[in-house]
Amino acid sequence: MEGVLHQVLSGIASGGIYASVALALVMIYQATHHVNFAQGEMATFSTYIALTLINFGLPYWIAFVITVVVSFVIGLLIERILMRPMMDAPVLASVGVFIGLLLIINSCTGWAFDYMIKTFPTPFPGGPVLFSGYVSGHELGATAVTLVVLIAVYLFFRHTKLGLAMRAAAFNPVSSRLVGIRVGWMLALGWGLAAAIGAIAGMMVAPIVYLDPNMMSGILLYSFAGALLGGIDNPLGAVLGGFAVGIIENLAGAYLVGTELKLTVALIIIVSVLVVKPSGLLGRTVLSRV
Amino acid sequence: MARNAVVAVVLWLAAALLPVLLFSDYHLFQMTMVVVYAIAILGLAILTGFNGQISLGHGAFYAIGAYVTAILMSGYDVPYWATLPVSAIVCAAVGFLIGLPALRLGGLYLALTTFALAVAVPQLLKHNALEPWTGGVQGLVIDKPDPPFGLDLSPDAWLYLFSLFIGGVLFLLAWNVVRGRIGRAMMAIRDHALAAEAMGIDIALLKTRTFALSAMYTGIAGSLGAIVVQFVAPDSFGIFVSIYFFVGLVVGGVSSIGGAILGGAFIEFVPNLAEKVSKAAPGAVYGVILIAVMFLMPAGAAGFIGALFARFRRGTKSAVVASAITGETGADKLSAAAALPGGADPDAGGNRSL
Repeated sequence: MEGVLHQVLSGIASGGIYASVALALVMIYQATHHVNFAQGEMATFSTYIALTLINFGLPYWIAFVITVVVSFVIGLLIERILMRPMMDAPVLASVGVFIGLLLIINSCTGWAFDYMIKTFPTPFPGGPVLFSGYVSGHELGATAVTLVVLIAVYLFFRHTKLGLAMRAAAFNPVSSRLVGIRVGWMLALGWGLAAAIGAIAGMMVAPIVYLDPNMMSGILLYSFAGALLGGIDNPLGAVLGGFAVGIIENLAGAYLVGTELKLTVALIIIVSVLVVKPSGLLGRTVLSRV
Repeated sequence: MARNAVVAVVLWLAAALLPVLLFSDYHLFQMTMVVVYAIAILGLAILTGFNGQISLGHGAFYAIGAYVTAILMSGYDVPYWATLPVSAIVCAAVGFLIGLPALRLGGLYLALTTFALAVAVPQLLKHNALEPWTGGVQGLVIDKPDPPFGLDLSPDAWLYLFSLFIGGVLFLLAWNVVRGRIGRAMMAIRDHALAAEAMGIDIALLKTRTFALSAMYTGIAGSLGAIVVQFVAPDSFGIFVSIYFFVGLVVGGVSSIGGAILGGAFIEFVPNLAEKVSKAAPGAVYGVILIAVMFLMPAGAAGFIGALFARFRRGTKSAVVASAITGETGADKLSAAAALPGGADPDAGGNRSL
């Protein structure tokens, strides 16, 4: 029983990471109906930026803030330059551009920061601290940070004028434009925000899985699973789905399939959700008039 | 049509004879890999280009084909040529099973699922339960087959001819499938699923079968690839294999049979050239070219060359001939429009009902 508790707690810790990336995916999906296959590589790149800043001698939290801002700008620029012309493109074209982006960012990361596996510092005191040693200090800190991020995003979308405008732009672009919302800029802001959230997730997960250019590919998969489980057009669902996938993944890894097949668990979750309930747990069933 | 067939046979014979006479073994090896990749990309083209289903996970079928051949050759002493039908059947069956949930998935969701499949494959291959067959992380080594009938050829030259023969058969088959009734039904589903259904096409069945056919092609390519490289290991079948096939497909032209050859040549030679610059360069070059193709020539290299050719012919001959040519290539134009940003949405209808 104690083992189960341990697995659930560390499942919540990694689930927080998946929830953040899933939220980033859903934000972009809601606004543009694109799935950002490059989300993981963008987060990895941001994490390398943070590592470089820390190696320059900057304190962790200053490096953290700078990284988040830089990632926001990068996300904004990608939307403005690459994604704008792809707005109404068919699925194949947008998938192509995202895959191209994935390849470019992945090689840029490898080229700029080399392919060696690196350790990444954690700002939280090490060693198991709570729940009679079940959760390490970093896991606890990372969970706290992701929770703060998720709550901040929620408050932003719920209680600020800008958040309302962004939701409106995603929900009904034409009417939003008519009431004077600059829809294009709202989409760009959404991209920036998604990149920033991804960057935070990257910095939180890097001390656990170590940093290399392909660090996020597995995490992206769990986040896809989380987003689909919760409903790909529902931010709250994506967050809950991310946590659920984290817990399922840890329990299945410990008791069912062993650690070697953890990625397959994500695949099974994705396929089962799509077969049983494609709209996800909280998603909207989309009906179209034909 | 008869003239086209003659031209195709002559080209094919030239492709068979010239390299064997002129090239060194290493270059023959490269040419063989071009053929192998071309077959794999052809499988993807049938699925994506002609049926509108996007797969980012065809590396998985390539891996399955390669492993079937390697296991049969190293464990059961099956001759190399006899492994091809087995891996074709296995891959078609797996493709059919994976295609079943794919019925319910619109373009994007299928891309997501196959992406997940491709990421998970190396882990599955490494798993302990399969280790007696797959050799685990170490992988399997197989012997290079000698030319039969006492032919005076190097093994590389023989493998090139063998792959080219298989490739020729598969390309002919694909050509006939696509030009025939089934091909028209596939394209009808791609262009307007609802209308296709109204005309009596069983969408679910045809989509699954197309997926199986496509998986079979890529699986056979995997088998050939394993024989040529003489080695299989889990880590050589990561997500990047699938992504490179996708790049080759897009660069060659999504709905073009001949484009698959261009795509195969592209993913074989471009990394070699780019790697001279730096280790990271191939990925970056792929990425930049992929995005550039999406923006500039959405019908791929084959479509681009075709359009140039058509313009050239139109400039020199009378307008009547020109319209005959455009009539002939109407199918290509349609698919070009489908791939164009802002063009006809290939998933209209089917995607939204999900």
